[in-house]
Amino acid sequence: MNAYVSIWRLRFINGMQYRAAAAAGIATQLFFGFIFIMIFAAFYRFSDSAAPMSLHEVVTYVWLQQIFLSFIMLWFRDNEIFALITGGGIAYELCRPAELYPFWYSKLLAQRVSSAVLRCFPILAVVFVLPEPYRMGIPPSFGALLLFIASLLLGLLVIVAISMLIYISVFWTMSPTGSLLMVSVAGEFLAGAVVPVPLMPEWMQRITYALPFRWTTDFPFRVYSGHIPQHEALWGILIQLLWLAALIVIGRLLMKRALRNVVVQGG
Amino acid sequence: MGLYFKYLSIHFRSQLQYRASFLLLSAGQFFIPFAVFGGLYFMFERFGGLPGWNFYEAALCFAVIHMSFSLSECFARGFDAFSSLVAGGDFDRLLVRPRSTVVQVLGSKFEFTRVGRLLQSLIVLVWALMNLPQVWTLPKMSLLLLMVVNGVLIFTGIFMLAATFCFWTIQAIEVANIFTDGGREMAQYPLNIYEKWVTRFFTFIIPFGCVSYLPLMYLLDKKEGSPLLWLTPMAGALFVLPCLLVWSFGVRHYRSTGS
Amino acid sequence: MGNIIRLNGISKSFKVAQRTAGLKQAVKALFVREHKIVEALKDISFDIEEGEIVGYIGPNGAGKSTTIKVMSGVLVPDEGTCSIMGFTPWKERTGYVGRIGVVFGQRSQLWWDVPVIDSFELLRDIYRIPPAEYRANLSLLTEMLALEDILGTPVRQLSLGQRMRCEIAASLLHSPKLLFLDEPTIGLDAVSKLAVRKFIKDINRERGVTVILTTHDMSDIEALADRILMIGKGTLLYDGSLHDLKGRFGAQRTVTADFRETRDPVEISGATLLQWSPLRAVYSFDMEQIVLADVISRLSASVELVDVTVEAKGIDEIIVQLYEEHGI
Repeated sequence: MNAYVSIWRLRFINGMQYRAAAAAGIATQLFFGFIFIMIFAAFYRFSDSAAPMSLHEVVTYVWLQQIFLSFIMLWFRDNEIFALITGGGIAYELCRPAELYPFWYSKLLAQRVSSAVLRCFPILAVVFVLPEPYRMGIPPSFGALLLFIASLLLGLLVIVAISMLIYISVFWTMSPTGSLLMVSVAGEFLAGAVVPVPLMPEWMQRITYALPFRWTTDFPFRVYSGHIPQHEALWGILIQLLWLAALIVIGRLLMKRALRNVVVQGG
Repeated sequence: MGLYFKYLSIHFRSQLQYRASFLLLSAGQFFIPFAVFGGLYFMFERFGGLPGWNFYEAALCFAVIHMSFSLSECFARGFDAFSSLVAGGDFDRLLVRPRSTVVQVLGSKFEFTRVGRLLQSLIVLVWALMNLPQVWTLPKMSLLLLMVVNGVLIFTGIFMLAATFCFWTIQAIEVANIFTDGGREMAQYPLNIYEKWVTRFFTFIIPFGCVSYLPLMYLLDKKEGSPLLWLTPMAGALFVLPCLLVWSFGVRHYRSTGS
Repeated sequence: MGNIIRLNGISKSFKVAQRTAGLKQAVKALFVREHKIVEALKDISFDIEEGEIVGYIGPNGAGKSTTIKVMSGVLVPDEGTCSIMGFTPWKERTGYVGRIGVVFGQRSQLWWDVPVIDSFELLRDIYRIPPAEYRANLSLLTEMLALEDILGTPVRQLSLGQRMRCEIAASLLHSPKLLFLDEPTIGLDAVSKLAVRKFIKDINRERGVTVILTTHDMSDIEALADRILMIGKGTLLYDGSLHDLKGRFGAQRTVTADFRETRDPVEISGATLLQWSPLRAVYSFDMEQIVLADVISRLSASVELVDVTVEAKGIDEIIVQLYEEHGI
C-alpha cells in the first residue's frame, strides 16, 4: 500500500510545481465557461419554452464541467505509460514489486486530482460571485451536496477505470493517439460534455443511458443542481458502483491477458 | 517559397510510412468536429434556432471557421507544436541553418491527419450551401474563399504568438488555447450572439469577426454589399504581420538568454 | 594560413531558477521563485588557425557547449568580440552559418522516416548548394564514409555508427571551411569510432577543413587533436599542444609491485606510497627526481618481489590532475 501512496505523493508534488501552467489553465477554463454559457444563453433567448433544463441549471452544469475538468475529461495523455507499452519497456515495469493495474491506476488518479486541486479553488472563488446569468448555483439542500460529492468521487473512479481500458487497448492497437482519440471523442460526447444529456433528443438520451460515460459527468452534476432528485441519486450511486466494479474486473482481466502476450513474445 | 514545399513533401512521405496509424488518426480527426457539429445540430433541434440565424446559416459559419482551423493545423502546425521543438533543444539546429526561422519552423511539422477535420467541415459546407441558394454567385463564392484563406492567416498568427511565448516559458502555454481552440469554439457560432465585449475583441483585435461574421452578413443577404466589404477579410493578413514582428523579437530574446 | 577564429574576452551569464524538493517547498514555490546567476563563460580568448584540429575539453557544465553556441551564432554573448572567417557569428547569422558545419552528437539533423538521401537533398535545398558542387561532395563523402549501401535506408533503421557517418556527411555537403563536432563518437563501437576518426583526419588534410571537437573521450583527442583548449567553470585553463600537456605530467610513473607477504608498509624516499596491502603496494614517483631502477632496488631490499608493473600517467589522469590544480 505504501508504494501506491508514494507514487501518489510524487505525482502530486510534481503537479504542484507547475503554477504558471495552473494559472493559464484557470484562465482558459474561465474563458471557455463564459463562451459556452453565452452560446446556451443565446439559444434560450430564441425560445426557452419547454426546455427540460432551465438556463440556470445549464449555467451551473457548465461551471461544474470547468471546475472539475480533470475529473471528467477522457483526453489525459500519460506519455510515460504509452511509451512503455509501445516501446517494450514494459518488461522493466513487470520487474517491480507492485502489481501493474493498481500501480497505473494510482498514477492516473493522482494526476487528475493534483490537476484539479490546483485549479478548482480559484475558479470556485470566481464563479459564485459573477453577475447573472453567469452565476453558479448552489445545491438545493445539504443532502444534495453530500450526494454530489459522493457521486463525483465515484465518477472519478469510474473514469479512471475507463481510461485504464483505453491504455490497455494500446497493447493491441499499438497506436496511442488512435485509441485515445476515438474513445475520448465519443466518450465525452456521450457523457454530456458537449450538450447536456437532457437537451439531447430522446433517442440519443437512450443511448447515453446504456453506457457508463454519463455516470462521470451528467449524473454528478445534475445531482448537484437538484435536477436529479435525491432518491434517484441514491439509486444512481449504486449503479456507479456496479459500473466501477465491472470496469475494474474487465480491466484487470484484459491486462492480465495483454501482459501474458507480452511475456510470451519476449517483450 | 520553394523550400516550404520541399519540407511538405518530405513530411508527407514520412507520415505515409505509417499507413494504419495515419488512417486511424484521420478518422479520429473527422469525428472530433463531427461531435461538435452534432452538438450544434441537437441544440437547433431542441430550440429551433438562434436569434437571427437558422440552422443552415449557422452551419455555414461553422464550416468556414473549421475549414480555416483544419487548414492551419495542417500547414502551420510547426508553430502550434513549437513548445516541443524548443524543449528538445532542436531550435538551435534551426539557427545553425542559413534560412529564416519562420520558414524552418513552418517546415518542421505538418499534420496531414488533420485532413479528417477538413473533410468533415467540407461536407458541412457543401450541405449548408445546398440549402442556401442565395450564396451561389461568383462574387460571393470568391468572398467565401477569401474568408477561409484569411481565417488560416489568423490562426497561423495566433500559433506564432503562442510559439513566441515558448521562448520565455513553456508552462503557461495553455493560455494560447483560449485563442486557438477558444477562438474556434466561439467563432463557429455567429458572433452577434455573444456579449458586446466579446464581439468587439474578436472583430478588432483578433479579427475573427472580419473573416466570418461580417462577410457572412453579406453572403446571406442580411446586409447590403459595399466595396469596403471586400477588404474586411484581408484583416487576416493585417493580423499576421505584427505576429511576425513579435516572433523575431522572441528569437532575439532566445539568442541572448540561451535555452 | 591565417586565423580563422578569433575570440576575445567573451563572457556570458545565465539566470537560473531554483527548483525545490518536498511537499512544503513545493507549495511555497507556488508563490515565490528564487533565481541565481551562473557565469557560464568568463573572459574567454583564443585564436585558431585555418586547418587546425582543436580538442575542446572540460568537465560537464564547464561552458563547452556555451562556447560552441556562441561560435555557431546561436547565442549572443554579454561581452567580448568574436570574428570567424571575417563574420561576427551572432550578428550575421544567415550569412555566416551557411559556411559552417555542425554535428550535435546526440541530436540528429536528419529526418527520421525517410531515406538518408532524401534528407541530403532537402539539405541541399536549405543550403542552396549548386547542383554540381552537391554531386561532387556527395560522391566524395559517400566514398570516404562508405555510405553507398545505406543512402537509401531510412534513418530509423540505421545503427548508431551508420547514423553518425551520415550525420557527418550531412554537415559537410555544403563545403564548409569550419566544422564543429559535439561528441561525435559518443556511444559508437570501436570500429565506427576508428572510421570517424580516420575520416576527420582525411577531410582535414584533403580539404583543409578546420575542426573543433568537443569530447569526453580522450582517445579521440589523442588520435586527432594537435591542440587542446581546456575549459573549467567558465575559464580557459589550458591552451596548448597535447604534447606539451603530456610532457608536463609525462615524467610521472606508477609502480605496482606484488610480493610475498610483508606486514609493515615500506616507505621509499623520493616516491609516494599510494596503496599498501600485505601482498601488493602501489607507488608513484617522478622520473626526474628518482630513477626507476632505484625505486625497485630499494623496494626489493625490503620485500621479496614477485611481479612489478610500471605505468605512465594516462591522459585521463592528467586531465583530472589539471582539474584539481585549478580547483574545479
